[in-house]
Amino acid sequence: MKRLSKILIASLILMAAVVGMFAYEQYAFSQKSTIVLATTTSTYDSGLLDYLMPIFQKKYNIEVHIISVGTGQAIENAKRGDADLVLVHSKQLELEFVNSTYGIHRVGVMYNDFMIIGPTSDPAGINGLANATEAFRRIAEAGAEGNAIFISRADKSGTNMLELSIWSRLGMLPSNKTQTWYLEAGAGMGTVLRMANEKRAYTLTDRATWLSFKKQLTNLKVLVEGDVILLNPYAVILVNPEKYPQRNYKGALMLAKWMISEEGQNLIANFKKEGETLFKPIARNFNKAHELGFPDQEGEIVWYDAQNP
Amino acid sequence: MIDSFWEEILDITLLSLKVSGTAVLIGALIGTPIGAVFGFRQFKGKRTLMRFVDVMLKSVINTFMGLPPVVVGLVVYLLLTQSGPLGWLGLLYTPTAMIITQLIMVVPIIIGVTMSAVGSVERAIRERALSLGATETQAAWLVLREARMGVLTSIIVAFGAAISEVGGIMIAGGNIRWWTRTLTTAIVTETELGNFTMALTLGAILLSMAFAINLVLTIVQLKGARR
Repeated sequence: MKRLSKILIASLILMAAVVGMFAYEQYAFSQKSTIVLATTTSTYDSGLLDYLMPIFQKKYNIEVHIISVGTGQAIENAKRGDADLVLVHSKQLELEFVNSTYGIHRVGVMYNDFMIIGPTSDPAGINGLANATEAFRRIAEAGAEGNAIFISRADKSGTNMLELSIWSRLGMLPSNKTQTWYLEAGAGMGTVLRMANEKRAYTLTDRATWLSFKKQLTNLKVLVEGDVILLNPYAVILVNPEKYPQRNYKGALMLAKWMISEEGQNLIANFKKEGETLFKPIARNFNKAHELGFPDQEGEIVWYDAQNP
Repeated sequence: MIDSFWEEILDITLLSLKVSGTAVLIGALIGTPIGAVFGFRQFKGKRTLMRFVDVMLKSVINTFMGLPPVVVGLVVYLLLTQSGPLGWLGLLYTPTAMIITQLIMVVPIIIGVTMSAVGSVERAIRERALSLGATETQAAWLVLREARMGVLTSIIVAFGAAISEVGGIMIAGGNIRWWTRTLTTAIVTETELGNFTMALTLGAILLSMAFAINLVLTIVQLKGARR
């Protein structure tokens, strides 16, 4: 049995070594300044964050870990204390987050817009409509007749929340269960766009993701754009340090400050895909910010500018 | 540009190896002895009751062998989130959280396969050894020696399950670029982004890596079997 005990001892030593290694790595990690940014798939998939964050990281020597999920999940993560700040786009969910006192200092950063895209044959006849609500009504009508399909993100993302709010203007709450023309994908924007392309379906998309995928989506085209309700403002919200003192509030504040600074806003304005600007900055354009649902933008900017983390 | 492309692929591949390798290593150290003990079925005492316990125990282990990784990931997430019981450790969205997820997944696999390997040689070997005058411990040792190939199989199966797993580490690790992005979660991201070429390249790397490791383990296994 000597051999067995030798193996046992060797195993224990090995295990201790491995555990020790990880404990050390974890310690080294905790010493480094890191922040977790919970954000939406649209900001990540468009490439904006991979373009912005290296610049910030280099300048401030803070590592930014990006969790890219739907707005709903991003806010939920932040509420649980698993993120330091969020960059999201759903006014309703944002206000709930701030009212719950878990989120503080909601400030407008930028906006882009949504569009209704659909098959080039356009069976619902919505091409060129200026009114997105009317377009949705026609899609539902054509869908009920079996001529059209609409794919919903169905993932509580900002895009999904806007889509649902348009349906509710029509007094509708479509569901896959009762309406066969309404497909609930439960997936990110890129996946839904490709699904729409395969199934020749209608969907609501943000412009940034559409432009990134346009080349692959040969069966689809932009049908409705420009309606005011299709504007898509993004906000930054900090996680309340009183709720989670262990989080890196200082780092989060630095990132938020940088994104709404002249430098950050200029970088956002210069980010292009296929020659088009994807996100328009609004942090310091107060009139536009008011229009897009940030009534106290000046107050927040003054607050952020006064902070010295 | 090209350099950073390969640098990222290397980083992703090494992380995959590190996470799954560590999980399987720790899993083997925990699972093998437990599997061996269960395989011996040395439950002495009232017979019917013990047999009942034995059957229940093994059924539970067999069920856990098929534990869905996403469920493990979800449970690990809920344990490690800042508002969860182990939030103070600050482990969520780290490679360690991913190792914990895969560890929970592979331990039942290693126990289960080891258990059946030991169980299948136990009776024949042990009785023969005892009849030839070996002591109980000597007989047990012989059984373990004879079952070692089964133990190796358990490690191969566990590693295969761990390296190809995606749902659990996605939830617990967060798929953060340069930090918790592995081959499998990178494939999900690249597919989502429509970069099918990149996704396929990563898939090929994953497959060839799994092949290389299995090749080594299989050679060891065959050599051991011949002895």
